[in-house]
Amino acid sequence: MSPAKAIASTQVRDAAPLFAALGDETRLRLITRLSSGGPGSIARLSRKSRVSRQAITKHLEVLSAAGLVRSSRRGRERIWQLDPKRLTDAHEYLDRISRQWDNALERLKSFVER
Amino acid sequence: MDNSDRIEKKILLRAPRSRVWRALTNAEEFGTWFRVKLEGKFTAGERIRGRITHPGYEHVTMEVTVERMDDEKLFSFRWHPYAIDPKIDYSTEPTTLVEFRLQEVAEGTMLTVVESGFDQIPSERRAEAFRMNSQGWAAQMENIRRHVTR
Repeated sequence: MSPAKAIASTQVRDAAPLFAALGDETRLRLITRLSSGGPGSIARLSRKSRVSRQAITKHLEVLSAAGLVRSSRRGRERIWQLDPKRLTDAHEYLDRISRQWDNALERLKSFVER
Repeated sequence: MDNSDRIEKKILLRAPRSRVWRALTNAEEFGTWFRVKLEGKFTAGERIRGRITHPGYEHVTMEVTVERMDDEKLFSFRWHPYAIDPKIDYSTEPTTLVEFRLQEVAEGTMLTVVESGFDQIPSERRAEAFRMNSQGWAAQMENIRRHVTR
């Protein structure tokens, strides 16, 4: 399979649960809060929210099941954060930088060989 | 590519080693092919910075700290890879090491470039790089986020 096809097929396969998890206003707001404000406790995440803490916790569990967020314990609190692993991949990052080097070295080649 | 810590490139340049060395270590020449307008000279142990001239990245300032400049053989510097968001202060984060090794061959110069230290780069930074990919999920999510928060 070509890399492009492999990516496309992975994206399609992963798309359904991801969008199901995102297909809710409260959950999208939670993602937004975590993305702009960084990791946070349930208390912080439910501040100014019309939804109860219990409901927020449930929504976070759904996002967690889709691999979008994860939690860790800090004392008695649970701290939630975005899980970049779902959104990224070390290889994708290196591929990107690798392509930049390829382009730069091609330009170096024409520069020194002219 | 199972090694997630380094990128290695090899390229044969049909030019004498001294020519390649100058293209790498003369800041102005470096800037021509790398697309950056550096202010000053490359000096071992010193920092140098300049504006990227690559279309679409003109808002980015590049900064490197030169490590070694060894006798037309090795030129190396440290920098912050993919440090393209001017709002982020990358200065306290780990750097990667970029090494250019030159070797004389019959046809000209074999140049090897190794960038290493990626395993120390925080995952958020990797995620940012991914977000720049218009095909990436992060980009899709960012679109959704913008859509719902405006």
